[in-house]
Amino acid sequence: MTGERTLPAPAGTVEGGKPGARRGLGRLATIPPIWLVLAALLVVVVWRDPSFAEPASLLAFVKRSAPLLVLALGQLFVIVGGEFDLSVGALITACVVVAARLGDGDPGRTWWVVALLVVFGVLVGLTNGLVTTLLRVPSFITTLGSMLVLNGAVFLWTGGSVTGALADNLRVPGRSGITGLPVVGQLPYAVPIVVVVVACATLLLHHTRFGHQVLAVGGGVRAAMLSGVGVWRVRTATFVISGLSAVVAAILLAGFAGLSANAGAGYEFQAITTVVLAGAVLGGGRGGTVATVGGALTLQMLFTLLNLFGFAKPLRDSAEGLLLIAAGAYTAYRARRSS
Amino acid sequence: MRALPTPAVLTRILRPDRPEGSSLPIWLTFAAVFAVAWLVVGLAGGSFVTLANLQNIAQRSVALGLVTVGQTMAVLAGSLDLSVAYVVSVAAMVASVTMAGDPGRIPLGVGAVLAAGALVGLVNGLVITWLRVNAFIATLGVAIILRGGLNATFDNFAGAVPDQFQVLGYDVLAGIPVSLFLLGGVVAGAWYLMHRTRFGYHVYAVGGDAEAARLSGVRPHRVLLAVHVLSGLCAATSGLFLASRLGAGAPWVGPDGGYDLESIAAVVLGGTALAGGKGRLLGPLAAVAILAVVDSVFNFFQADPFLRTLVRGVVIVGAVALYSYRSERDPHPGERAFRLAGPRSGSRDVPRSGSGDVPRSESPDAHGERG
Repeated sequence: MTGERTLPAPAGTVEGGKPGARRGLGRLATIPPIWLVLAALLVVVVWRDPSFAEPASLLAFVKRSAPLLVLALGQLFVIVGGEFDLSVGALITACVVVAARLGDGDPGRTWWVVALLVVFGVLVGLTNGLVTTLLRVPSFITTLGSMLVLNGAVFLWTGGSVTGALADNLRVPGRSGITGLPVVGQLPYAVPIVVVVVACATLLLHHTRFGHQVLAVGGGVRAAMLSGVGVWRVRTATFVISGLSAVVAAILLAGFAGLSANAGAGYEFQAITTVVLAGAVLGGGRGGTVATVGGALTLQMLFTLLNLFGFAKPLRDSAEGLLLIAAGAYTAYRARRSS
Repeated sequence: MRALPTPAVLTRILRPDRPEGSSLPIWLTFAAVFAVAWLVVGLAGGSFVTLANLQNIAQRSVALGLVTVGQTMAVLAGSLDLSVAYVVSVAAMVASVTMAGDPGRIPLGVGAVLAAGALVGLVNGLVITWLRVNAFIATLGVAIILRGGLNATFDNFAGAVPDQFQVLGYDVLAGIPVSLFLLGGVVAGAWYLMHRTRFGYHVYAVGGDAEAARLSGVRPHRVLLAVHVLSGLCAATSGLFLASRLGAGAPWVGPDGGYDLESIAAVVLGGTALAGGKGRLLGPLAAVAILAVVDSVFNFFQADPFLRTLVRGVVIVGAVALYSYRSERDPHPGERAFRLAGPRSGSRDVPRSGSGDVPRSESPDAHGERG
């Protein structure tokens, strides 16, 4: 008997349980383990390639992680609210293809193309949300359906291939940066964008009434409903947030990776992986934005590491799968221990 | 004196609306879709009901049908299996590499494929039951691992199946494709297992409420392990069929067929609740047949494949919306009581019907947390 028993944190609290005053080594245990994993990976990467520790390469690393990071933050809202969004990968592809077709490489059109994409993302999110909540279709099926519809509709419209081109100024946010700075040299635009998105997401999920309602709905629909939360409104809003995050991710990805017919392929599962790495529970009620940032950076760091060790790209997949299962097992273990 | 029917049989006769639902409406829908397809193709000057076309529809249903049988069992137990597409690929590769064109090695190849499928299913089941990982994450993780392994090992067709083995994919016996006998056999076995044995009732019990099943003496972990092994076996059989059809295995046959998400869509279209414990085995097969008929109509009109994807998405969501609308009108007695007791009865904010608040397959403690 160690006498180290703390009361279990009330269900649905932010970031799981945070035992208040612990000192010394005990404090280490309160750090979400995702940061420890990230630190360990970083140490190995820097050991193999010391130039990685330079500010410029670290910023480039953040730039590479940016699309996944933004997308995962959107997915986080949906998962915390107790649903899934499998349509984001197809939505990213749709945004990139639509931007190329409508913009056709003309910088003058970029502003209204971006505005259109935002409206498009909101509409897709709204449809996902309303079909899930009002028509009561499980979100797995709803978003699988919109994934098929988006894939079908966009390529039906473009005749099966990608046409047009991405305007240069549309590609700026994901590709370029502010140059001529001291110390870092170039600051990619993606970095301030990520900072703003993370700040907004953190404020929204952890410091507003709406965020608490999302956590409450995910923690228990009936309890939330009986406490006066408009469950369907909250859940629909989470899908809209996810749709918007996919639009931002698409713009970053368009700049970073360019035009491709499978720009967003597989991103839906990577986003879910990231959120699970961050300790969120599928089924809702648990999850934090800062940990999600850690999850996205960890996944990207793992890819960097496997690249450094010269592993082929397919094996990165296998490592991602193992990490996903390990994270799921750890989350389940922690949930068992704390209950 | 005639023997009285046993109570269970009596119940079935008196109450055709079994608590787990019936596959009859889906077969009626299939009949309607078939009739419409016949009419539409007929009006366009084609002939829909020809032996060749019917055989074609049957062949189309086999690969997805086999996977769907396993997926249905997993979903009925309150789980799901996202790894099936890659199991199909692994099975096709194992079959064609092991057989290597030698007819004498067919039994060895079939054995190796079934062992591989069972092994992946076992891993899925163990991750879910031992490590208590949510089924979605566990099987997605295994799927990604398999994808990496497959793409690292093969990048094109490899090996070959002997001509004798292609009988399974191409030959026709008394007007019926041989592969349909395979599907029929697997379906018959699975139907008997699900609806006529103790194990089947245990699957429904675990899918309905794992904790209640555990307290009634069922071991949820064993049931979950078994359904995942069965699901792996079914997917492996589908891989065998595809290898026989293609003449050699290719790493992309599974994911390109979209068997993971399509089989789940078919399961749900077939009236099976994603939360588990509700639905009949034959319902999803009717859904697979419906999808095959629709495909065949699209083929006849040589429609754009993207249009087909689009229509498929709309059909899946629309059909499921229709189901929930119907179960909405006739909610479970318990739920109705809850609504009457609730402070806002009849308001818009009622919880989603059928599955309670959270789909069971997604909740972390569904699989006998304390088991």
